[in-house]
Parts: sequence; structure tokens; C-alpha cells
Amino acid sequence: MIKNSIELKHVFKKYHAPASFFAPKKENPLVLQDINLKIALGEFHIFLGRSGCGKSTLLNIIAGFLPKTSGQVLVNGHEVTAPGRDRGVVFQNADAAIFPWLTVYENVSYGLKMQHFSEKERTPIVNQSLKLVGLDQHANKYPYELSGGMKQRVQIARSISNDPDILILDEPFGALDAQTRRIMQDELIRIWQKTKKTILFVTHDIQEAAYLGQKISIFSPAPASNIYKTITVDHPYPRNVFSKENEELVTELNNYFPIGGH
Amino acid sequence: MKEMSSKNTSKSQTLNDLEIPNNTDAHKGIELFRNGLLFLTKRGLLAWLLLLAVWVIASKVSDASFLPSPWKTLISAQGLIKTGTLQNDLLISLLRILAGWLIGSTIAIPLGLIIGQFKIIRYLLEPLINFFRFVPAIGFLTLFLLWFGVGEISKIALIIYATMFPIIINTITGVIAIDPLKIESAQSQGASKFQIFYSVVIPSAVPNIFTGVRLGLGGAIIAIVAAEMLAAQNGIGYLIYTSRLYYRTDWIFVGIFVLGFIGYLSDTLLRLFGKVVLKKYGVFEKETK
Repeated sequence: MIKNSIELKHVFKKYHAPASFFAPKKENPLVLQDINLKIALGEFHIFLGRSGCGKSTLLNIIAGFLPKTSGQVLVNGHEVTAPGRDRGVVFQNADAAIFPWLTVYENVSYGLKMQHFSEKERTPIVNQSLKLVGLDQHANKYPYELSGGMKQRVQIARSISNDPDILILDEPFGALDAQTRRIMQDELIRIWQKTKKTILFVTHDIQEAAYLGQKISIFSPAPASNIYKTITVDHPYPRNVFSKENEELVTELNNYFPIGGH
Repeated sequence: MKEMSSKNTSKSQTLNDLEIPNNTDAHKGIELFRNGLLFLTKRGLLAWLLLLAVWVIASKVSDASFLPSPWKTLISAQGLIKTGTLQNDLLISLLRILAGWLIGSTIAIPLGLIIGQFKIIRYLLEPLINFFRFVPAIGFLTLFLLWFGVGEISKIALIIYATMFPIIINTITGVIAIDPLKIESAQSQGASKFQIFYSVVIPSAVPNIFTGVRLGLGGAIIAIVAAEMLAAQNGIGYLIYTSRLYYRTDWIFVGIFVLGFIGYLSDTLLRLFGKVVLKKYGVFEKETK
């Protein structure tokens, strides 16, 4: 039996506007409707959908930042109630997520420090994480000295040094230029293959989904989003964007997002 | 200039020739003047030169006891330094400002952090803060004299009061304005609430705290001068206020300039501290970028 890394059972999400003295409590529309999903250990899983479809909401629920309205969210068999270091998160906005008053090295060792690892225990782990993402030459720099791609490397490194079971990435390369994005995608695959972490990757970019994912979950449009379909992609890595199989996959995915429709 | 005049007399004169050619001495002179003016303006010196000019002219047409000239003020300052009055008053005012400002900051920063962090405390204390911050320190002077006596304590208490509000308010703003992504980053790395408070919230609020501390210093100077005018036997405020008894407008001018220098120099030192020591917290980020 394959051990499930993440298991979602009948997850519903509704945002509640805070009840105020003047406004009567309103029934808000559903954001997520009956999400059921199993993500296997070590899988590279993509959430693909249009902006505002609720894929980031689901990711935030799995990360523990948002409460679900009903249903079950299990990570390694345990119900998610709060954020935790078993789920490393890489945010799209690195400038807001990294601590600008810490050097690259200090950012990457932050989580270990909070867990009271001694300096002797931290050093090899941090150095290894920095080396893995290719930042070992920039350990003593401050974030403002780094490019956008390097900042995302810092986020990945600091997650890895906490040795999470799952790496959650929320449109991590959305703000990067096309060249850097391609480099970072290859880097992520390399890191994934080396660390064998389960990866949950949110994107609205069909090309990116086709290039990276083993499984691609396609979200239906808002409101009351659901996972419309989960596609299994068994093309070997590294993938070729211009190969016939990739082009067929992109065409197939495109069909789920008709232009003009929604 | 020679070129110009020769051109002006030549027969084939067009509109273009009337304009000053690019390489004449006149053009160079204008360029030099312009650059010099720009330099003085950018360095903040032009305003001082203008003020000085207005002052000199105004003092020429008015009575010396009504408006002393810059020169007279300088000589009076020299006299005050010779008798030791100026140094003495300056030192005492500085010590009062420093003591009150440091104590005020030490109380106000933690208070602001706690009020910003805990909503329930914010709901509890914000009405009081928003009420008393509009009551100037000087309004409390008589009460403080009554409560703390005529000695140094009442004056320092007044400065503490004046310093605290800008620091508390700015610190609260800094804590509230923290990007939730920073908190979430720390949470997903296993940091506890207390760890997040000291390792994320406080560093994030540093730029705002620093702004508050700078504003607090300004408040401290205003408060001490007012207090020294009404209830002290020394200090720059006392110097300015007693000058009226001797009809020494020149001493008043000396006092005013000393106050300006105290403020300017202390703020410059503080900014330097911010730029060098607190740079990594994003203090003066906009200025350096």
C-alpha cells in the first residue's frame, strides 16, 4: 500500500465576513466544494487553475494558515490544525516572506534555531541546504543584495533545512523573468529528485504545470471550486518543452481552460 | 565677449547669432554660477545664506535692541561663553533631555510593542492614548511641580511624558503593519508565538520604532524649554526667558540658535546611528535606494 502524504476528504471552505453591528450575517458563497484528493509520498503534485479559483485557499488550508469549513485534511495521517515545520512553505512574494534583517545564512538557520538546535548541529545542515540550492557563495549576503531568483532559492533552502515531509510552493516563480523561471524549474526538479520530498506546487501557468508535474490537479473556476480532474503525467525527467508528448499534454490542458469561457 | 561683439557688428546677422554662443566666457560664467547655486541649494546652504542676508538687512534698518545683527549676536554668544553661562545652561538642558528621552524610550518601546501585539490591550488603552496625546506636556507642568517638587524630577517627568506618545504610537503602527507572510513563514518553520514576537515582530517594527524615537527627541526639546522657562534656575529655556528681564534680545537669539543646533546635531547623530547600525532592519530604506 502506498502511504499517502496528504489526504483530503470532503473539504469545504466558506469565508465568513465578520458579523458587525450594522450588517446582518450573510451566507457567503462556497470557495471550495467537496475536495477529495490523495497525494502520495514523494509525489510532485500540481494545483492548476485560473486566478481566484481557490487553489491558493486550499494550499493555505493544507499549510495550516486558514481553517477549513468542514471535511478532513490529513498530512501523514494527522489532522491539520495549525502550521508546522513538517510542511515547508515557499511563498510567491519572497521580499515579504524572507527576513531582511538576517543574512542568507541566518535566514536558512532560523527554523533550526527556533527548535533549539545548537550551533554545532545547525552548521552542517545549513551549509548542506545552501549548497543544495547553490547559494553557498552568498551565505553572508543580506536579502536586498539578492536577485529575485536567488531570494526564491533562500526560501527553498530554509524550508529544506527544517527537513519537512512536504514542500508547498505557492506560485513561487510567478514574479521571475522567463529565463530565470526556467532555470528555477530545473533546479526545483533537481532538488526534488535529490531530497525525495513530496511537492505541492500551485500555478496558473499551463506550460509550467506540464513541465514539472507528475500529477496535475485541475481546478474548476470560482465560485465553489472543485478539483475537476487529476491527470497523471509519466513523462521522464528532464522534460523537453518541444517534445511531441509535451505539446500534446499542453494542448490537452489548454482544453480545460477555454479562452473566453470561465 | 569679444566674439559676441564682433558678431553683432557683422553684416550677416541672423536671429541665431543673437543668442549667446556655447563656448563664450559669458556662457561659462553663467554655467559656473548655476552650478554653484545648485550646489549650495542641494547642500542646504542657500537657505542659510538667504536668511543671513535678510537678517543683516533687517537689522540695519531696525534698532539693535529690537533686532540684533548676526555680528552682535555672535559677540553676545562669546560673552556668555566667557562667563560660563552658556556652557552651563547647555549642559544642563542636554542632560535633562537625554535623561527624559532615554527613560521615556525605555518605557514607551515595550509598551508600544505590547499594545500593538495584543488586541485586547489595544482596545483597552488606545482611547486613553488618543486622548492624552493631544494634551501637551506643558499642560501638566504645574501638576508635575506639585507632585514631584520643583527639582529635576518634575522636569524629567515632563520630558518622559512628551517623549512617550510619538514612540508608543509609531511602535504600535510598526507592529500592526507587519506583513502576515513573515509571521506565516516563521509559523511554518515551527516558531512559537513568543519566538515570533521577539524574532519577527520586534525586528520588523524597528524602522517605525526608530521614527518614533526621532520624533520623541523633538518633543523632548520642546518640553524642556517650556519647563525651563517657567520653573527652573538654569538651562537654555531659562536663559531665553530671563533675557527679557534685562531686555537682552541678543541673548534670546543666542538661545534660539543653540536650541536649533541641539535639535539638528542630535537628530543628525541619531540618523547616522540608524543608517549604520540599523540599516539591515530597513531604516532609511527609501533614502538609500
